Amino acid sequence: MRRQILKGLAASAIALAALPALAQETVKVGLILPMTGQQASTGRQLEAGVKAYMAQHGNKVAGKTVEVIIKDDTGVADISKRLAQELVVNDKVSVLGGFGLTPIAMAVGPVATQAKVPAVIMTAATSVIVEQSPYFVRVGRTMPQMTFPIADWAAKNGIKSAVTLVSDYAPGIDAEKFFKERFEAAGGKVLDALRAPLASPDFAAFLQKAKDLKPDALFLFVPSGQGATLMKQVIDRDFAGAKIRVIATGDVTDDDLLNDMGDAVLGMVTSHDYSADHDSAENKAFVEIFKKVNNNLRPNMMAVAAYDGMDVIYRALNATKGDANGQKLVDAMKGQKWMSPRGPMEIDAATREAIPPMFIRKVERKNGELYNVEFEATGPIKDPTHK
Amino acid sequence: MSMTQPPKSDAGAQMLAGARWRWHEGLFWLAAIGLFFLFGDFIPGVPTRLMLLSEIISLGLLALSIDLVLGYAGVVTLGQGAFFGLGSYVAALMAKAGMGAFPLSDPVVGLLAAAAVSGFAGFVTSFLVLRGSDLTRLMVTLGVALILAELANQMRWLTGGADGLHGVIMGPVLGQWDFDLWGRTAYLYSLAVLFVCFWISRRIVNSPFGLSLKAIKGNALRARAIGVPVNARLVAIYTIAAAIAGVAGALLAQTTQSASPDMIAFHRSADALLILVFGGAGYLYGGLIGAGLFRVMQDVIGNITLQYWQFWLGLVLVLLVLFVRGGVIGLIEGMRDRLTRKGDAP
Repeated sequence: MRRQILKGLAASAIALAALPALAQETVKVGLILPMTGQQASTGRQLEAGVKAYMAQHGNKVAGKTVEVIIKDDTGVADISKRLAQELVVNDKVSVLGGFGLTPIAMAVGPVATQAKVPAVIMTAATSVIVEQSPYFVRVGRTMPQMTFPIADWAAKNGIKSAVTLVSDYAPGIDAEKFFKERFEAAGGKVLDALRAPLASPDFAAFLQKAKDLKPDALFLFVPSGQGATLMKQVIDRDFAGAKIRVIATGDVTDDDLLNDMGDAVLGMVTSHDYSADHDSAENKAFVEIFKKVNNNLRPNMMAVAAYDGMDVIYRALNATKGDANGQKLVDAMKGQKWMSPRGPMEIDAATREAIPPMFIRKVERKNGELYNVEFEATGPIKDPTHK
Repeated sequence: MSMTQPPKSDAGAQMLAGARWRWHEGLFWLAAIGLFFLFGDFIPGVPTRLMLLSEIISLGLLALSIDLVLGYAGVVTLGQGAFFGLGSYVAALMAKAGMGAFPLSDPVVGLLAAAAVSGFAGFVTSFLVLRGSDLTRLMVTLGVALILAELANQMRWLTGGADGLHGVIMGPVLGQWDFDLWGRTAYLYSLAVLFVCFWISRRIVNSPFGLSLKAIKGNALRARAIGVPVNARLVAIYTIAAAIAGVAGALLAQTTQSASPDMIAFHRSADALLILVFGGAGYLYGGLIGAGLFRVMQDVIGNITLQYWQFWLGLVLVLLVLFVRGGVIGLIEGMRDRLTRKGDAP
């Protein structure tokens, strides 16, 4: 009897001792995503992308169990920073990720540096972010990467003059700057650069002005999510009738919204790294599982960035054999190359910047749905602003 | 409090009685210190929540500044967030320029500068607020806030525009304590600043000056008739409140080491006003209690439902404002009155 009690005690002592070891078998990933407010559709796609990745690859990697914790950034930078701090000190996350807007990524940067925790940027697209912390790694894309291909394409396809119309905030101004720089270097001329307020998406006056200037093309950039509103107003103005081509970065013909825009956007040319229509085995598998676990939602560029973000984290853990040390993880992420649903992806070993493939696409109807159909690959573009 | 002469009149006695510190006030501040030990990662198993608490202090201080103009002087404002944002940009820009070294990056110097700049902005704009009545004031204060927010967005060379200001390196508090990941320095520093601002505000509202503000709130025409210089008083309190709002903004910028356009955005003014109404205007504590409950609710509901917390929070607020007049403090006072009345009955 006594021996049995002793045995029992010994067993429970072993079980207790094993507890911390078990806890370390879990690698926590803290994602700060825009789940409410203007950017909620982005957050939904990001969350869905993570879900699709976990459904496809499971939650075990290199002997560790991956646990994802999602927090709503509420669109406010200082709250996001606090959430990052709490994820680090309370939840003991090994990797941070997400970040819908540039100021939010900027605010989280110092936390990543101080805590030595890798932070994977999925959405925010301002080039300078990755320079703010040696623990930032981007899997999305940057403004010049999105803008250069369409400027090149325009210059090569008989467009001599253009008017730009962007939302009046930092990424919009970046898009305007990079388009002008690249287009004019190739011999084109930007007749006017129009900026519409971000808060009130009424583009009527700006579109009328653009039309009156009679350029060969109108270049558009608005944050992902405002594309539908803008395109509706563009269609109302009948630019096609005035022989003005409408071109844009892929945010405007976001896969998430494209189907609701109607036939009037058929033929519109844009540039981006991801289209749900991308023709590859990886993308077919991705779209299939994504739709299956997310109520038939169509993935967009945010979803694929979240998917690739999880992929980079899994790859890094594999490379370190499950060691979740922040410095080792960042080092393992640098220089990673893989076949993403977008095409061949790479993380620049020197700058930790994403080098995504880029495509020129045209809106077409396929199987009754509107898609951005890729017709020209421009190849991967390194962000030119990093030295 | 440090009156040396005995009161000579009933009015004096009444004011002294009003200014006396009560036991429940001591309890409030003791609890605030207790929270540091409870949530400062000293007890295993209790999560660290000091950053959230620091955020609550900053928001509470903003609500307190609105209480001074709304709860005491009766001036409705939707623009207090402008001074808050101005203070945060002043503190962050100074710290950035100082590169972490004394004096520019010193937090206390930053606070004083933020108070001075915001106070000056408050003084200048107060003359606009003197014109017109409630509705006009709402519009004017809102307009000033929108103008400042757009300036912060457009002056990219200074503020970093929509991307926010980065590279802010804050020096250690009093040259001793660095801001840490757990938020310990941030909380104690914020709490100390809150107490100083609260103490000053408390002195103000319990002074003859404070009484004259209440008279203005009650009826500005009558106040003028009995010789209260209404405009000068309003300019003074609006300036003081703007300075305190600037301190609140500077606190947030310093503890988070950043400044971005949403620190100056309209939702700060609206949130703080809501919090004040929710906590109870005209008590000084209302803003602090309201800020605490609002943020804790947001955090708890946000953890339960990631996407729909705004709905539930909104519902709770609507119900509270509908059924609990005078805010949380009003509710407590009402209950206390009912209890004592029952006790008095034979």
